[in-house]
Amino acid sequence: MKAFRMSLIMIVLCGLAFPLLMTGIAQILFPKQANGSILYNEKKQAIGSELIGQSFKNPKYFQGRVSSIEYDANGSGSKNYAPSNEEMIKRTQKDAEKWLKDHPGKTLKDVPLDLITNSGSGLDPHITPAAARFQIPKIIKANQGKVTEQQLEKLIQKHIEDRNIGVLGQPRVNVLLLNMDLQKVIQR
Amino acid sequence: MWNDLVQIGIVLLILFVLMVPMGKYLYIVFGDKESKLDRIFLPFEKVIYRISGIRQIEEMTWKKYAVTLLAINGILGVIAYFVLRFQGGLPLNPAKIENMEPSLIFNTITSFLTNTNLQHYSGESGLSVLSQMLVITMFMFTYAATGLAVCIAFIRGLSSKGRSIGNFYQDWLRAHTRVLIPLSLIVTLTLVALGVPQTLDANVTVQTLEGGKQTIAMGPVASLESIKHLGTNGGGFFGVNSSHPFENPNVFTNIIEILSMWIIPASLPFTYGRMVKNSKQGWVIFGVMLTIFLLLLSLVYSQEKAGNPAFNELGFSHNQGSMEGKEVRFGIPMSALFTSVTTAATTGTVNNMHDTLTPLGGLVPLSLMMLNSVFGGEGVGLMNMLMYAILAVFLSGLMVGRTPEFLGRKIEAKEMKLIVIALLAHPLIILMPSAIALGTTLGTEAISDSGFHGISQVLYEYTSSAANNGSGFEGLGDNTIFWNTTTGLVMLFGRYISMVVLLAVAGSLITKQPVPETLGTFRTDNATFGTILIGTVIIIGALTFFPVLVLGPVAEYLTIR
Repeated sequence: MKAFRMSLIMIVLCGLAFPLLMTGIAQILFPKQANGSILYNEKKQAIGSELIGQSFKNPKYFQGRVSSIEYDANGSGSKNYAPSNEEMIKRTQKDAEKWLKDHPGKTLKDVPLDLITNSGSGLDPHITPAAARFQIPKIIKANQGKVTEQQLEKLIQKHIEDRNIGVLGQPRVNVLLLNMDLQKVIQR
Repeated sequence: MWNDLVQIGIVLLILFVLMVPMGKYLYIVFGDKESKLDRIFLPFEKVIYRISGIRQIEEMTWKKYAVTLLAINGILGVIAYFVLRFQGGLPLNPAKIENMEPSLIFNTITSFLTNTNLQHYSGESGLSVLSQMLVITMFMFTYAATGLAVCIAFIRGLSSKGRSIGNFYQDWLRAHTRVLIPLSLIVTLTLVALGVPQTLDANVTVQTLEGGKQTIAMGPVASLESIKHLGTNGGGFFGVNSSHPFENPNVFTNIIEILSMWIIPASLPFTYGRMVKNSKQGWVIFGVMLTIFLLLLSLVYSQEKAGNPAFNELGFSHNQGSMEGKEVRFGIPMSALFTSVTTAATTGTVNNMHDTLTPLGGLVPLSLMMLNSVFGGEGVGLMNMLMYAILAVFLSGLMVGRTPEFLGRKIEAKEMKLIVIALLAHPLIILMPSAIALGTTLGTEAISDSGFHGISQVLYEYTSSAANNGSGFEGLGDNTIFWNTTTGLVMLFGRYISMVVLLAVAGSLITKQPVPETLGTFRTDNATFGTILIGTVIIIGALTFFPVLVLGPVAEYLTIR
């Protein structure tokens, strides 16, 4: 009986009181983060989350990493391929060859690996700066002269997030933020 | 390379700074002396004692302690069953999630009951907001507290006299009120500040830049995230766990999560040192854990950094390392460190996909879970390491031909029998079911990668269950009656056999007359003993698991190299 009563108290305390109290405080102190760091356009429409990657099929935009779930953020996941999995090796080779079409004379070795591999979550919002620069020729071609190499280089430079406090993490580019700026340029 | 080492070094350094004071804090919390902490926490705890009908804190024998523990665990399991069974009709279900199916409930409940947090469901689609809080978040607290309480009781058995190993209610309650809840409060709010959502809404739908629709699942993530790591639980809010950008948005959250799951297992040796009144004992145990940990960490780091051998063969660049299944913001060092800590501390949260680790990289999480004592889960890791320590004393005793003693108590046939049960149970519940699964179509149907990697997948699933870790080689299609039931049973055995057996050891040791220390006493607080202990852990682990590791990861490595 003692055990039963104490169990009930702990269920209420840890299962209800704790998360609800935390939600209350978080909503007051950090409303933006607590609600998923949602980004809005000029018309105040929600267009995505700063933390969650988006699918970019249109060649006019920068692309993010491979996502077997097509950036469906109602779920999450990847194929969990083994390193020896043939499907994965084939997929990577195919993607690499597609990218190499815009880079005559270059070989597999030059394709940034993060661009042709599936992220763990399938929602990775970032690519490496090298992977962003690698896309420049494709984007110039697709936009038919609306944007120049210098402009793209400047955009990428602006969006490179360096290692935190100089050492922690990896240099990276947030694809959605980059494309939001790119959109302003190409829709002018 | 240098930058990578600096990153890992910084995290280790923060751990080193925090662990000794934390060990002292735990000692005060679970000590029998009055402390300043009472002034803050006791009034609150008194209310809980009163409502529970506990009038006085009686001393418990190991049997009473074990029975109370099992009773509370059982009661919570039954209540959670009903919540999951009827979650569709209960409040706080904005996404209209349906009731859960019984074999999956059995698996889910045992999984969280045993602090394993193996997840055969996916959080986004399988659980209502109420279930995420009332069942999952609650279990994470209560079972971490159970592990911590048992560990303290076990040390009392080694360090005090009489019959009592403490009072379970008191230990369990204090683990909540004085350790887990206050730490979770701090960690939760820090995580929210750094970007982790904490809301009661289940999702937001946005119009993407290209004009499509994207539904983004969220919820009370941060509150679960904090206790998930602090309690070495590991069950994620989302299917992909801490690789999801909402669970782990940047390198700072990544470090906080690593330290959260590491700090209690790493500071318990120091609590132990204080309780047995010889802080060197604690340092020896910690040193042994750290040495084995660093060996395995360097293996997984160097393997992932070198890239997938199959890719390198084809001429892909390997200067980023193996990036399939990893996130750009973490890169190789933060992924490798996370993988090692999560399997050492048997948390089971992941920030990259373990199934996709390179063959020898994947060997590391497997080995850490097989050893199950390098830091280890909340409390149980230290208990397992102390079990190895008693074994090491026994082996050394055999070699020189005298009765082995540990902390001034004679280790005799009764204790050794019990320890052998605990020692053999672990490989038995990993290898037997793996053999059954690989021998029947029920098991092999779930394998997603044929060949040697398939063996690793099955092996990983049962090792993870037995070590109460909960991470997986997630390619395995494991939400079937066969897998739900077998892994459920393995988790139960993995948790409770060693817990009860080791409590019995404590119950037996506590009644023994201490032997005075002489010049001839075999010392267990110096580097010599540390070396013997490392040898014992590695030799026992290797003898038991090497053959099956050769069939899985090693064979895969040799074929794609």
